[in-house]
Amino acid sequence: MAAHLKKRVYEEFTKVVQQQHEDLSAKKLRLTKPSKSAALHVDLCKATSPTDALQYLLQFARKPVEVESVEGVVRILLEHYYKENDASVRLKIASLLGLLSKTAGFSPDCIVDDAINTLQNEKSHQVLAQLLDTLLVIGTKLTENPSVRMRLVEVACKHLTDSSHGVRNKCLQLIGCLGPVEKGVAKEAENQAAKDVQKIIGDHFNDQDPRVRTAAIKAMLQLHERGLKLQQAIYSQACKLLADDYEQVRSAAVQLIWVLSQLYPESIVPIPSSNEEIRLVDDAFGKICHMVSDGSWVVRVQAAKLLGSMQQVSSHFLEQTLDKKLMSDLRRKRTAHERAKELYSSGEFSSGRKWGDDAPKEEIDTGAVNLIESGACGAFVHGLEDEMYEVRIAAVEALCMLAQSSPSFAEKCLDFLVDMFNDEIEEVRLQSIHTMRKISNNITLREDQLDTVLAVLEDSSRDIREALHELLCCTNVSTKEGIHLALVELLKNLTKYPTDRESIWKCLKFLGSRHPTLVLPLVPELLSTHPFFDTPEPDMDDPAYIAVLVLIFNAAKSCPTMPALFSDHTFRHYAYLRDSLSHLVPPLRLPGRKLVSSPVSPSITPHEDPSQQFLHQSLERVYNLQHLDPQGIQELLEFTIRDLQRLGELQSELAGMADFTATYLQCQLLLIKALQEKLWNVAAPLYLKQNALASAAAKQILEETYKMEFMYSGVESRQVVIIHHMRLQAKALQLIVTARTTRGVEPLFGMCEKFLQEVDSFQRCFISELPHMQGSFVDKLLDLMPRLVTSKPSEVVKILQTTLRQSTFLHLPLPEQLHRATANIIEPTGESDNPLRFTSGLVVALDVDATLEHVQDPQGTVKVQVLYPDGQAQIIHPKPADFRNPGPGRHRLITQVYLSHTAWTEPCQIEVRLLLAYNSNRSKASAKIPKATWSESLEALPQSENGIEGTIPFSKPVKVYIMPKPARR
Amino acid sequence: LVILLLAPGAGQDVGRSCILVSIAGKNVMLDCGMHMGYNDDRRFPDFSYITQNGRLTDFLDCVIISHFHLDHCGALPYFSEMVGYDGPIYMTHPTKAICPILLEDYRKITVDKKGEINFFTSQMIKDCMKKVVAVHLHQTVQVDEELEIKAYYAGHVLGAAMFQIKVGCESVVYTGDYNMTPDRHLGAAWIDKCRPDLLITESTYATTIRDSKRCRERDFLKKVHETVERGGKVLIPVFALGRAQELCILLETFWERMNLKAPIYFSTGLTEKANHYYKLFITWTNQKIRKTFVQRNMFEFKHIKAFDRAFADNPGPMVVFATPGMLHAGQSLQIFRKWAGNEKNMVIMPGYCVQGTVGHKILSGQRKLEMEGRQILEVKMQVEYMSFSAHADAKGIMQLIRQAEPRNVLLVHGEAKKMEFLKQKIEQEFHVSCYMPANGETTTILTNPSIPVDISLGLLKRETAIGLLPDVKKPKLMHGTLIMKDNSFRLVSPEQALKELGLAEHQLRFTCRVHIQDPRKEHETVLRVYNHLKGVLKDYSVQHLPDGSITVESILIQATAHSEDQGTKVLLVSWTYQDEELGSYLTSLLKKGLPQSTS
Repeated sequence: MAAHLKKRVYEEFTKVVQQQHEDLSAKKLRLTKPSKSAALHVDLCKATSPTDALQYLLQFARKPVEVESVEGVVRILLEHYYKENDASVRLKIASLLGLLSKTAGFSPDCIVDDAINTLQNEKSHQVLAQLLDTLLVIGTKLTENPSVRMRLVEVACKHLTDSSHGVRNKCLQLIGCLGPVEKGVAKEAENQAAKDVQKIIGDHFNDQDPRVRTAAIKAMLQLHERGLKLQQAIYSQACKLLADDYEQVRSAAVQLIWVLSQLYPESIVPIPSSNEEIRLVDDAFGKICHMVSDGSWVVRVQAAKLLGSMQQVSSHFLEQTLDKKLMSDLRRKRTAHERAKELYSSGEFSSGRKWGDDAPKEEIDTGAVNLIESGACGAFVHGLEDEMYEVRIAAVEALCMLAQSSPSFAEKCLDFLVDMFNDEIEEVRLQSIHTMRKISNNITLREDQLDTVLAVLEDSSRDIREALHELLCCTNVSTKEGIHLALVELLKNLTKYPTDRESIWKCLKFLGSRHPTLVLPLVPELLSTHPFFDTPEPDMDDPAYIAVLVLIFNAAKSCPTMPALFSDHTFRHYAYLRDSLSHLVPPLRLPGRKLVSSPVSPSITPHEDPSQQFLHQSLERVYNLQHLDPQGIQELLEFTIRDLQRLGELQSELAGMADFTATYLQCQLLLIKALQEKLWNVAAPLYLKQNALASAAAKQILEETYKMEFMYSGVESRQVVIIHHMRLQAKALQLIVTARTTRGVEPLFGMCEKFLQEVDSFQRCFISELPHMQGSFVDKLLDLMPRLVTSKPSEVVKILQTTLRQSTFLHLPLPEQLHRATANIIEPTGESDNPLRFTSGLVVALDVDATLEHVQDPQGTVKVQVLYPDGQAQIIHPKPADFRNPGPGRHRLITQVYLSHTAWTEPCQIEVRLLLAYNSNRSKASAKIPKATWSESLEALPQSENGIEGTIPFSKPVKVYIMPKPARR
Repeated sequence: LVILLLAPGAGQDVGRSCILVSIAGKNVMLDCGMHMGYNDDRRFPDFSYITQNGRLTDFLDCVIISHFHLDHCGALPYFSEMVGYDGPIYMTHPTKAICPILLEDYRKITVDKKGEINFFTSQMIKDCMKKVVAVHLHQTVQVDEELEIKAYYAGHVLGAAMFQIKVGCESVVYTGDYNMTPDRHLGAAWIDKCRPDLLITESTYATTIRDSKRCRERDFLKKVHETVERGGKVLIPVFALGRAQELCILLETFWERMNLKAPIYFSTGLTEKANHYYKLFITWTNQKIRKTFVQRNMFEFKHIKAFDRAFADNPGPMVVFATPGMLHAGQSLQIFRKWAGNEKNMVIMPGYCVQGTVGHKILSGQRKLEMEGRQILEVKMQVEYMSFSAHADAKGIMQLIRQAEPRNVLLVHGEAKKMEFLKQKIEQEFHVSCYMPANGETTTILTNPSIPVDISLGLLKRETAIGLLPDVKKPKLMHGTLIMKDNSFRLVSPEQALKELGLAEHQLRFTCRVHIQDPRKEHETVLRVYNHLKGVLKDYSVQHLPDGSITVESILIQATAHSEDQGTKVLLVSWTYQDEELGSYLTSLLKKGLPQSTS
């Protein structure tokens, strides 16, 4: 079997190669007389004036040139280049040379010499620069040829003394891109000019033209990117460049310093004007901090961003960035942050009424105040106060990265982040909230900070509020007052914006489970219980009450004493909520309350291993079904599918896995059912009904396979094979059914051919997987392939039918993680009885808000579908900006859908749902196969197979009541 | 050359800004302000300083107004119409639009309320404004053939600008008032590295480093919020324009966010007009307002209403913005008198107060004030000071100096003892000289101007080609002939100079004899010298000619035996004056003798 396969593969391979050879030789023959270059030659000779020649060249440049005629064209161009007197025409020729050498498949080593020669007699600086650019293109195409690269670098070095900045620019760029990276090789390659590329570039750090200086630094960075270890000596040079007059130079210099600080963090550099020495990374950090108050905002953004990635910096330098000595009339003043902290640590919460504490305290020694600080002092204070929000965002990001690596810094920067919650630009606020969430493991919020944080809950922007809820989910609060405050503010938020319900409940769930001991003393107050009197039972449907209960129940989970404080109705409510909102309410062990808790909790108590075991066991069972009788198989499958579906409902972690397998088994079941029809043997026309059944099954299998392929994230190629295999079986089934029902042979020819091509392409795509599929449909089919190709359609059908029946059921290996893409439309809710009225012919905007989980690339795949009662369907592509990404694997779609219709007599409901679009071209399988290897042979295949586009509905439809009114005349 | 600086006002004092700069023969007056603390002649600068006799117009080349605050433009109509000046007055567009409103308001208060006579009239303000030329940011305005001015953004208030004044290659930057930290409605001051000879900077907060603006804002909002919740009234004395708008935006957004109901009032009259201009000059505001004005112009307030005098007696909490800012007259003083007795109320002074005003008195802790008519007013309400004033603090001033890189710094618009501190700091950090003249004092600053010289392209190319790579920062030595003719300078090649002047070329050679003790024969000595020189001067071409002489570049060395003592050889060294450097080096080298080892 395997040998046979190998043979086939070999055949295929050789065939392709041979074709290429033939083609190449044929093409080579044509090379000697390239029609295209001849035409160009004639044109250029005809040209009387430079403008004419330029026109011809421009026209020529519009059309692509085939690989085989590139060289000829280049020769013609060069010939004209030497003849040409006008600089602009030469410039165009030079740029064309560069363009031509880019042509895919063309190897420019044959024109290197000529290109270098052209440089020799060139006087025009612009043309020189363009020629160097061409050389750069050639050089980048010939990276594996060191001698050519060396020659080019030499040429570039020669032209570095040119008086035009453009030429020097290009030279440096060329050296940066092509300069030798490995020292040993460099010396071997060019002995006489074993120059140090770094030194050559470094010499141009002091060029008189800022553009050249920038190019020099960029070239240096380029060398670094290509893997050359830069010398530490550059550091002092780079530091001088920080004071350059031009922003692009400074910006590049900041990058260079950053690179060096990462290369030599522990080296020691002297501090000028003193005898002390510090680590290089600290010095660089100080210098970059200094650039945060640069005059140009581009540099400031650059500097602020880079600060974030300097994690080796020592902590006292880091902490200086948040320090800014205040003074007033030469007396030391404490910052508001310090005052707040002091008040807090003295046990008294700032009432805000004592403002005497604002007064400046001790006198300052005038000599000791350093106004322009040389170190990192206050860099972030400045960055966060910057005029441009781009700088502020960069500073917040940098804070985030530094705080993640240093808990003590995280604690210190908290005040500043909290302050940023009141920034005037929403993006900055959002960014700082996200940052805070990321570092929340390292911090505990003080009450006054919490106060400021919670004030943002009233923000009118939904993004901000939800980000804040996320933040509260993972913050540590220090006191019970803090918890109470948070709860009160969240409830206020709930009444103000009822749509935040879900998010607030979730937030309280985490808040409760994180702080059980702090919630405990609050319980009587929160439940408004009284030691002697019964209080009225609260309304169970009140979202605010549910919110309080969610907090308490989650706290009670790890605090066994808490349930003792509950009153009777609380237990009843617990049972209700446990059932209705099981994702928010945890199972509780309630003493003496067996009645309520015990029957529910043990059965559900999550234990991952058993359920996973169950999953695997049931699958094992199914894989043995070959030995059962047909009836048994069907029943077993049905049971297993039912089990799996239930499991998916119960265990959210395994839902994806269970659904995936259930779908697969479902497909198999359908296939078996379709094949089990006893009526296959009877003449066709009688069994229209059965045919309908079988073809419906085939159709459904096809649909399900697309779902399996595209709706789950984490599907690996092993699964894809099996899915495709199932699809192939469905197609075979379809073919058989069609063959049975249609009279005449003509249409069958086409179908058979198509099917065989599909088998062929399946084989190509999954050749590596074929050994795993012994005994399967495809395996058998491939064995029979030589016979199939030659036989008539009716025979093909017969063969197919038997193979389909005999083929074994393939095991579906399960990947580690499998998640089903789901979507949930939050808005519109579909509960409104008030129709949305609008004038017919005009549009009305419908707000759609949905959460998407485990959708890959939602921007490209998620669509909104609107179904009108008249059957008209409309598919809307949301803008990429409408998708937000609140967490890994989760997306949120907030968009507007425009509806319009002709007038109706009465309001009616339309359906809104989300669709997942797929395109089998983008399928995971074909993406892995480099196209070039098989595209040629596939060209003959119909395009439809190559790119089936379709959509899978993956959310529950929501009904919206609308009423287009006739326009008033 | 000299930059003269007279400070009729503003030197070591706040209020009454008026600086006279004389730069390369051009006289420019910077700002023309009045003093808030005085109600007599002292309120205007003493213009008799400028010219004892003779018209101002003949003496001054132009007047520049940095922004519309009265302490920077209050004396303008007096100066131009009553003293008499007809030359150009430069200011930015927003300043030109807002300035007359403020002047008119000022005139009304002084003339109509206090009944003063001999003050400028509305017509005078109008006439004065006709002389104003408006400039854009970064626009270079040619005042006359030599004098040019350029405006930079200064923050502080709408339309505030810093001005660069340039004559030839000498330049002065005058900052006016500026702010280096952005606020709720304006951006931060910015200047390029223009390296002026002199930077004249304000120094109101020379000794203060402020907390971050966010803390200040939060403090302010907290104070207002708490007073309002207590049922108290908050008085915020502001100048009609500037800080007021910032605080309005701040309170407006806060009210909207916290959903507060207490009314906010803004004293009438100026408000609408002023906000109108803020709406118009969106390009002068900060990034946020510029970005969002398409959806909603931030200066269209929802919660802030116009104030009526009767409202002051209404019960319940309220917040009132009233003019003027230093509590020295007008509505703010009236309201202050009404509310001062109640300790629930609060006055927040959001800016600097000049000495002599009520604002200054209460801030310095006076609880009993003597009002007009010998009334004694007891102040029970809380007095708060919030540093909202949009001046640069010490750090900001240093930052600006760092950005502009001036060669000299001059401090104005601040208190003497505070300036002293800053002066010391500036000299210490930047190593530039720093001045702080008093009123009426003249400061002379010597500049080192560069003189442009024309050079022919051929010579330039030839000379640059000689050395190694051209270096940016270092000066380059060039050989040529400087011709001064008809008030112009030209650098030409010596040949051309000779040709132009009709002179013949002479060659100048230096010769020198060096005695060397060497008993060997002449040609051996020469060979030793040759080897020695070849060893030392690696970069030069050292040749041994067949006639027994050595050439180093153009220098000729010949050796002869001494006529008396055969053991002494005389080396004749001869060089042209172009090679003077090398020649003298060679002689000194040879005088040291030859190394003994080379035998």
